[in-house]
Amino acid sequence: MSRFRAILTWVGLATVIGVPIAAAAASPLLQWRGPIYIAAGFAGVVAMTLLLLQPLLAGGFLPGLPAIRGRRVHRWIGAALVAAVVIHVGALWITSPPDVIDVLLFRSPTPFSVWGVVAMWAVFAAALLALFRRRLHLRHRTWRLAHTSLALVIVVGSVVHAILIEGTMETMTKAALCLLVLAATVKVLADLRVWDIRPGRRAER
Amino acid sequence: MTTDLLSRRTLLAAGGAVAVAGVSRLLVPARAQGLAPTRTMRGGANNYRPGAPIVDRIGGGGFWMFGTVRRAGDGKPLAGQRIQIWAHTTEGHEREPQSHGATLTDANGIFRLEMPQIVPAFGQPHGHLAYDSGDFETVFLRPVMPSARDTSLEAHFVLQPV
Repeated sequence: MSRFRAILTWVGLATVIGVPIAAAAASPLLQWRGPIYIAAGFAGVVAMTLLLLQPLLAGGFLPGLPAIRGRRVHRWIGAALVAAVVIHVGALWITSPPDVIDVLLFRSPTPFSVWGVVAMWAVFAAALLALFRRRLHLRHRTWRLAHTSLALVIVVGSVVHAILIEGTMETMTKAALCLLVLAATVKVLADLRVWDIRPGRRAER
Repeated sequence: MTTDLLSRRTLLAAGGAVAVAGVSRLLVPARAQGLAPTRTMRGGANNYRPGAPIVDRIGGGGFWMFGTVRRAGDGKPLAGQRIQIWAHTTEGHEREPQSHGATLTDANGIFRLEMPQIVPAFGQPHGHLAYDSGDFETVFLRPVMPSARDTSLEAHFVLQPV
């Protein structure tokens, strides 16, 4: 990959991540929210942008970060994603405890919250699967199918969650970010042929 | 399964009867006999502060919450019933005391309270209403605004005598 294309890729990535965050920062709703509620919302927005990085890193698509190095960064971004989800839910809890308790017990009146909770548990499960990878003694491809299946649940759950919410994210930039996350995820799952769990065949990447 | 279908059909029929009665303004007791009590909505009681004071208006106003209160069974309008209202508005969070207020229904069972503009919170622009005075079963409502730009919201109570 030429230097020019590498620069172009990083600038493009910075744009598709930066614009939705900047648009959310300009939301009129912020003027009627306290700092903890605002932090909760932004933790969710940041988590959504990290979801775009994860498949790109896992697939080794980013210039200067081929598969092996990319996956090391993927682990750190994964840890950041867990932290962002914890901050998102924790700060919402501080803002309105009964609403979050309803959500966690699947008795909330808001349909989007169910998708968010499912995605949250899938994030925790995917992270635990990565943390205990060696101790689980799974074959590489079996482990990868489990991890990527959870990733798919995370992505679909988070996208539906975000689209249905009337919040600080601006509609067009939110939709664009969600489409990119879906596209990147599908591309990596297809490229790695994650459903093929026959042993002894090397992955192409 | 059969009982489910039956009860759903009964509900639909009751709802239809209420709609007809409401539109024609002919609340003949015999026809409205089946008027079912309003059920508490999910999340309706969240951030409720019992005993909100009766006020002329919550904060600076600019937004209207209105609705009706009727008795289950015969549909008789209930006057002088205390309805408590709260929401996340331009002037504060749901949990804050200044976001809460109460009003009484008039002789026709209608209530109407001016309050600050409701803004989307926890993903939806919504309000909360409570009937919690003891003469009838307690009911909590959580209506959602069709659009965040709306400047009014309605909610209706059909109360079951205790």
